Amino acid sequence: MSQIDEQLRTELQRQGVWVTSMQDLYNWGRKNSIWPLQFGLACCAIEMIATAASRYDIARFGGEIFRPSPRQADLMIVAGTVTKKMAPQIVRLYNQMADPKYVIAMGACAISGGPFKQGYNVLKGIDRYIPVDVYIPGCPPRPEALLHAFMELQRKIDEQKLTGANKAEFLKPDQPSEFPVPRFGKHDLEPSANRDVFQPPTIERQS
Amino acid sequence: MESLGEIKSRIEAAVFGAKIEIMQNGSPSQQHSLLIDNEHAVAVARFLRVDPALYLDFCSNVTGVDWLDRVVKKTTKVKKIVDGQEKEVVETSEEKIPGYLEAVYHLYSITHKHGPVIIRMRTSDRADGTHLPSLTPVWRSAEFQEREIFDLYGIRFGGHPDLRRILMWDEFENYPMRKDYHEPDDYEWEPTPHDDVMEKAKVHYPPRPEMDGAEKITSQP
Repeated sequence: MSQIDEQLRTELQRQGVWVTSMQDLYNWGRKNSIWPLQFGLACCAIEMIATAASRYDIARFGGEIFRPSPRQADLMIVAGTVTKKMAPQIVRLYNQMADPKYVIAMGACAISGGPFKQGYNVLKGIDRYIPVDVYIPGCPPRPEALLHAFMELQRKIDEQKLTGANKAEFLKPDQPSEFPVPRFGKHDLEPSANRDVFQPPTIERQS
Repeated sequence: MESLGEIKSRIEAAVFGAKIEIMQNGSPSQQHSLLIDNEHAVAVARFLRVDPALYLDFCSNVTGVDWLDRVVKKTTKVKKIVDGQEKEVVETSEEKIPGYLEAVYHLYSITHKHGPVIIRMRTSDRADGTHLPSLTPVWRSAEFQEREIFDLYGIRFGGHPDLRRILMWDEFENYPMRKDYHEPDDYEWEPTPHDDVMEKAKVHYPPRPEMDGAEKITSQP
């Protein structure tokens, strides 16, 4: 159905016939009913709560149903500092979520460790263990930034294909939907990053 | 509230054999403290808590201090006979003070609205002798803070009801707030590295012999 001619579609719409594809209908439903997992880790969670409350009102985008169980959630908003003691629990919660599932890394701490990057006890970005769909910089990001990330995620969901070679990752049976939970080591988490998920960027240094 | 000197003499009168030392604080805060000996610490603490004039019923804060080994230089003027004549010669001597750990307690009285009285205890060294008596039986509020000191400094409090790590995980072996602690190398990259972080991050960067000089590169990433 995605092969339908755009001109024909508009012409049909003008005549009162509305044509869509299964994929568009499916994604339209999915993107407007994203249920986030209800948990917060630090000060970013306060902004997340503000986003869910009446002034910013994430319900306008269909994301107001914060679920207290990972089994019922579609979206994990990692809102705040992930300490090394908390990281295995975050990965475990992610593993317990049902596919399709998405992750928003909210704030400087969740994307890189932020102001605590040089500490011994803070994970330097949650993307070391689980794949992240949308990153929001900020310390903490304003509710508008979270809404923007939410809309970016909706756009991403809308573009996912259900069939064909480049269909969405969660539809491919060989793609992992669970990731290894790091263990508490003697000096650090083991391993300190999941190399299948996380590759440090190469930096060109200038002298 | 009475002065620290008066408190010291009253403690020594009340607790037999207690050795108290007043530690001067030269900073603008002028918060001097009492160094109490480990053997009589619990008795001294109980005295401070129940004494009607002091009645320090609130332990607001417990913290640890790490003192590394240090060398103190002393200069003394000595009269010596040099070439048959008496002269004043300045001699310098070095004294090596081995490191130790300290636990510091800040005590207030809610009843009398006075404080703080600061007491300290000192371990014998930083390796095997890091034992101190716990003051949790006297002030219940010290329980979690003593656990935190155990977690981050490695002081073992004898008589503590539940001495476990509180912030780090149980399998963790280091004491991160000690001055000689090295955090694990888990910075693979830094957007803007400088100073210590630069040195640490260089190990993870590809070598560039044309800029750094081939002889300076020791390790391959």
